[in-house]
Amino acid sequence: MEWFDSWGLTLIVFLPLAGALLLGLVPGDKEDILKRGALLVTLAAFGLSLVLIWLFEFGGGTYNTYQFEVNESWIGAINANYHLGVDGISLPLLVLSTFVMVLAVIYSWNHWEEPYNPKAFLILMLILATGMNGTFVALDLVLFFIFFEIVLLPMYFMIGVWGDRTPRKIPGFAKEIETRLYASIKFFLFTLFGSAFMLLGFLALYFKSGEFGERTFDIVQLTELGAMGSFTGTFAFLVFGAMFLGFAVKVPMWPFHTWLPDAHTAAPTVGSVLLAAILLKLGSYAFIRISIPILPEEAANWAPAIAILAVIGIIYGSLACLAQTDMKRLIAFSSVGHMGFVMLGIATLTDIGINAAIIGMVAHGLITGLLFFLAGSMSHRYHTREMDRLGGNMKLMPVMGGILAFTAMASLGLPGLAGFWGEFMALVGSYNPLDGLPLGVFRTSMVLGAIGTVLTAGYMLYMLQKVNLGEPKAEWDGHEFHDVDRWEMTAWVPLIILIVVIGVYPKIIFESTTDTVVSLIDTVFGSDVTASISSGG
Amino acid sequence: MFRNLTLLAAEAGPVNAGDGGWWADTAGIMLVLPFVAFLLILFFGKRMKYEGGEFAVGALAIGLVWATVLFVMNMTGGVLDQTTFEIARIGSGIVFELGWVVDGLSIMMYFLVNFVGLVVFIYALGYMKGDIRVNNFFASFSLFAGAMLVLVGSPNLIQMIIGWEGVGLASYLLIGHYWEDLDNVRAGNKAFLTNKVADVGLILGAILVGIAIGNFDFAALSEASVNQNAELGAVAFVGGLLLFFGAMGKSAQFPLHIWLPDAMAGPTPVSALMHAATMVTAGIYLMARMFPLFQNLAQDARVYMVAIGAITLFAIGLLALVANDIKKVLAYSTVSQLGYMMTAVAAGGYTAGLFHLFTHAFFKALLFLGAGSVIHAVHSNNMSDMGGLRKYMPTTYWTFVVGSLALAGIVPLSGFWSKDEILATLGYEGYTAVMWIAIAGAFVTAFYMTRAVALTFFGEYKGHGEPHESPKLMTRPLIALAIPSALFGLLNIPGVSIPGIGNFTDWLAVRVVAMGDHHPEGINFGLAAAGLAAALLGIALGWMIWGKDTKTQKERDSLEIPVLYPLLRRKYYLDDAALGIVGATMGPVARSVDWINTYVIDGIVNAAGALTRGLGGFVYAILDQRGVDGFVNGLSVVADGAGGGLRKLQTGRVQQYASFFVAGAIVLAVVFVILS
Amino acid sequence: MLVNQFLVLSAALFSLGVYGLLVRRNIVLILLSVELMLNAVNINLIAFESVIRSADATGQVFAIFIITVAAAEVGIGLAIVLMILRNRRSANVDELNLMRW
Repeated sequence: MEWFDSWGLTLIVFLPLAGALLLGLVPGDKEDILKRGALLVTLAAFGLSLVLIWLFEFGGGTYNTYQFEVNESWIGAINANYHLGVDGISLPLLVLSTFVMVLAVIYSWNHWEEPYNPKAFLILMLILATGMNGTFVALDLVLFFIFFEIVLLPMYFMIGVWGDRTPRKIPGFAKEIETRLYASIKFFLFTLFGSAFMLLGFLALYFKSGEFGERTFDIVQLTELGAMGSFTGTFAFLVFGAMFLGFAVKVPMWPFHTWLPDAHTAAPTVGSVLLAAILLKLGSYAFIRISIPILPEEAANWAPAIAILAVIGIIYGSLACLAQTDMKRLIAFSSVGHMGFVMLGIATLTDIGINAAIIGMVAHGLITGLLFFLAGSMSHRYHTREMDRLGGNMKLMPVMGGILAFTAMASLGLPGLAGFWGEFMALVGSYNPLDGLPLGVFRTSMVLGAIGTVLTAGYMLYMLQKVNLGEPKAEWDGHEFHDVDRWEMTAWVPLIILIVVIGVYPKIIFESTTDTVVSLIDTVFGSDVTASISSGG
Repeated sequence: MFRNLTLLAAEAGPVNAGDGGWWADTAGIMLVLPFVAFLLILFFGKRMKYEGGEFAVGALAIGLVWATVLFVMNMTGGVLDQTTFEIARIGSGIVFELGWVVDGLSIMMYFLVNFVGLVVFIYALGYMKGDIRVNNFFASFSLFAGAMLVLVGSPNLIQMIIGWEGVGLASYLLIGHYWEDLDNVRAGNKAFLTNKVADVGLILGAILVGIAIGNFDFAALSEASVNQNAELGAVAFVGGLLLFFGAMGKSAQFPLHIWLPDAMAGPTPVSALMHAATMVTAGIYLMARMFPLFQNLAQDARVYMVAIGAITLFAIGLLALVANDIKKVLAYSTVSQLGYMMTAVAAGGYTAGLFHLFTHAFFKALLFLGAGSVIHAVHSNNMSDMGGLRKYMPTTYWTFVVGSLALAGIVPLSGFWSKDEILATLGYEGYTAVMWIAIAGAFVTAFYMTRAVALTFFGEYKGHGEPHESPKLMTRPLIALAIPSALFGLLNIPGVSIPGIGNFTDWLAVRVVAMGDHHPEGINFGLAAAGLAAALLGIALGWMIWGKDTKTQKERDSLEIPVLYPLLRRKYYLDDAALGIVGATMGPVARSVDWINTYVIDGIVNAAGALTRGLGGFVYAILDQRGVDGFVNGLSVVADGAGGGLRKLQTGRVQQYASFFVAGAIVLAVVFVILS
Repeated sequence: MLVNQFLVLSAALFSLGVYGLLVRRNIVLILLSVELMLNAVNINLIAFESVIRSADATGQVFAIFIITVAAAEVGIGLAIVLMILRNRRSANVDELNLMRW
């Protein structure tokens, strides 16, 4: 399998893109060929990522060493390289990405939004897959940036073309605007706004690295420089801030989150699923992969602020959920809260916290992805997402109601299901953050975060009560509803199984992440860094 | 992956405990079986005669084999074993494990959950027949029992939290079983959310004490407590109170008891299980598991815990006097009895509290199932529709009376012995005032149980139709519970050790570390007499008031003391306050957050968009169109004018051109001459 | 040998040519004036060559070139004049202002 060592990652990343090109050659009316082709491509990518797991050497590796590494010169003039690699942190996320892609294709088998056009939609999905997979394995800032931005375009078109057409009154605008138009433009511009600052940060790092040798965009080399304490002072503060803006918009952290509810509400089902399951992870992953290792000292300086914003996000997102009348919008706001826990974990800068963040990302991807699938399927059937009009779903569609109840329970962090570990360990981590971080801030965050779990339970039960329970409303009398069909079942059952398995046996994630994360903390927060923080530096 | 531990047991020095052999190593089956049953019921339940109830019963029946074998082994020699396997290891030494503990405490709970659970399940086969969604009911029921077993078998706080919330989930599902009516759904929500509030305490407490020693294991926590570990000591007070707050939720301590009466919305077997062996005992169990912490490090926290327990046992007991719903009478009674247990464990009476938990499980399950049998017959929960049922349902009547007397604490039934032990403990530990409250509580208990029995079984029948005795599937379980309710008190008569097997105190003493709780060496006859007298007084007074029959139940039940009666009817206004506060705050707060989101944060975003657009307009109209483009256009105007002027030179006359040419040549020649 | 007399001759001829070019109205005479100027230049070239004696006789070569070009020029020029005469029945340059803007 030597070829796999050097070609595996490239294949996983670019297979979908190649698939997209091939699909472009198929006439648009050959829907069956298109769907099978897309399924084949995504299955192949998923299969390759399984091979990746199989060949991956777990445990023991020190941070900043990658497996299946490819490093070829790409743009010599700026010393940008085609550098891919995977380690224990990115492996679960990469597999999650390829896995959810397969389910998304399966689900779209018979769920198309207006204006139909499966060819264009599938091609966009595959391009999206390349962007997402690439982001998780890119080890060069330019490459990373490109993958990070590739993702925007297909999602923009998904929302803008296939999105929700109901006109909506947006405060501050004179006329009613179609939801999809407002949402897609907001999504694109908001994210691009952040990315611009992120790029500035990358460039600043590139030029600064020239002071210590050849200028480089290479994450591995920059990490080494960072660990030696090369980037400090105002420069590092500003660079971290610039990158923070870019990543925080993507996460999204409060108060950069407002694109999210609109985008989710407007997006077609598969779009919402991919957005929630994977796109949101790009930001938090970037914090772990780029911000913390390269600028450890600044990470420590910024950590309390991040923790505070994260906790505000938890409480605020949960409260906002309680005020929603639109089911999909409620789920969207729940993401703000859940990603708050992820960011709280990252802000602790401890092995526990970062492990919590990674398992939280995976769990949120599975659970919220499933929730959006369900919300999409239900609005397919009821043609409304207004919770006041729903109710008694358990009676009309018992299986779907049951799955919705299960997923809601998983989402509120029921122990024994996947969502619990991320929340619980984020709280554990914030009880004892990295030495030198202000204990008061983090312990207050811990208490508020724990209170946030109650609010989470509150809105999830509220949703269940509104949607699932009670008698069905009179307007549905005489309607025939078909319960979960086989494509939906095929797409959802793997998610359900994984949610339970990770919940009972989180080791399947930690086995991959723990050693790398511990080594990360050891490498970047060596004694001198922590010492300088505690002495006020 | 599997790790078997044989732990040292000690009460006064190491005891000679066995490791339970094969039975202890495989006890995990007991924990897993109900979940298997859960899945089987979900997928195959509808095809079965009892809609999947068979699986539920089977799972507990098999589990009971293990529980009984272990119980007997523990009686005769003591069993101590722990099996764990790792589910996660996080870098700096934090390990999460699942597994099961086999020691005195957990064996007692295994037996309780499996035995009471099995009886209730069998009863439910009859009770739920012909009801809606029976398979869902049994699925949730299995989940309930399974989660409780996971909880009581837990070797560490993490698994305990998993079981803990699993129990909460199952109770939510069961309370909301008739979810067509949104009132039932709200009751389920209330239970879940009240418990979730308390869980914040449990989770934070677990983090505090677990991180202090870097281990969530009960054995390690106990050992660190006994060894006066300094790190643990630093957080023991806060951590202990937080854990207690968690226990207050599940064990319905004042003021977090408000969910429990509403939880009666579920089918009666649910109430029986919830109030006897599962759910509400979880909090007491947690307190018992963490007993070494409170005994050795967090003594300061105890007084608050005892106070809460005392308030619960007395104040909530009073509420049972005014309830019309027979299940609510029993529910308030449960809360009051939980107050006894909590007070005892908090005061230092480990064995006393757990013994009361043990006896209470039997007679409270019995009472609930009896109430269920009555409800089944008269189709109403309200005692105003009952009366005189003694003649129609003799088995139910006799077993109910046994349960009531046991609960009231009449010698020699089980409740007398356990309550007496609690009184003795309170006296010994110096909580004299609380002891007298507890004696007063015994009076209240007897008083309201007399009322319940009188209104239900005596006088003339006031309901509709002709009630008749329940089927054997329901009465047999009543008898099966009546026997232990009557006799199990004898297992722990102070100072009496049954030859060969010792007594209940000895069985519980098989545990990881010595804890040094007090248990009386002999019967304190004075106290016992006081408790008994209080109970008898309650029965006598109750009989005087409610014993005689009248035309309507309402007339009989007309002890309406001013001030106190409305206070009790409104449940001390606690529900109103809680719902009022939550209702009045959460809605507006949530809406204002949403408003902020739409108009402030999003407003800023939209304003930024509008500003950018305005800026764009400015750039386009002023800068671009007038400035840049104006410059370009200006250039063209200049060129145009210049061309218009110059074109006049071109006359088309060759000779004119030639003359220019010559003139130019002459000028150049002159310049050349001058320069050279 | 002096060069001056040749140069004076040449200048006189050139001036006559220029005069004719600017003053005459008849197009044929203008062409003749142009020929006069060209030949004035030729005399100049020959005169200087006889003084300098360059290795490859540049002066003579240029003179021959100019004679050739002049012949061609007159050929084309007279052809154009002939065409104009046919079309316009006039050889007056004042009437030939077709090449205006």
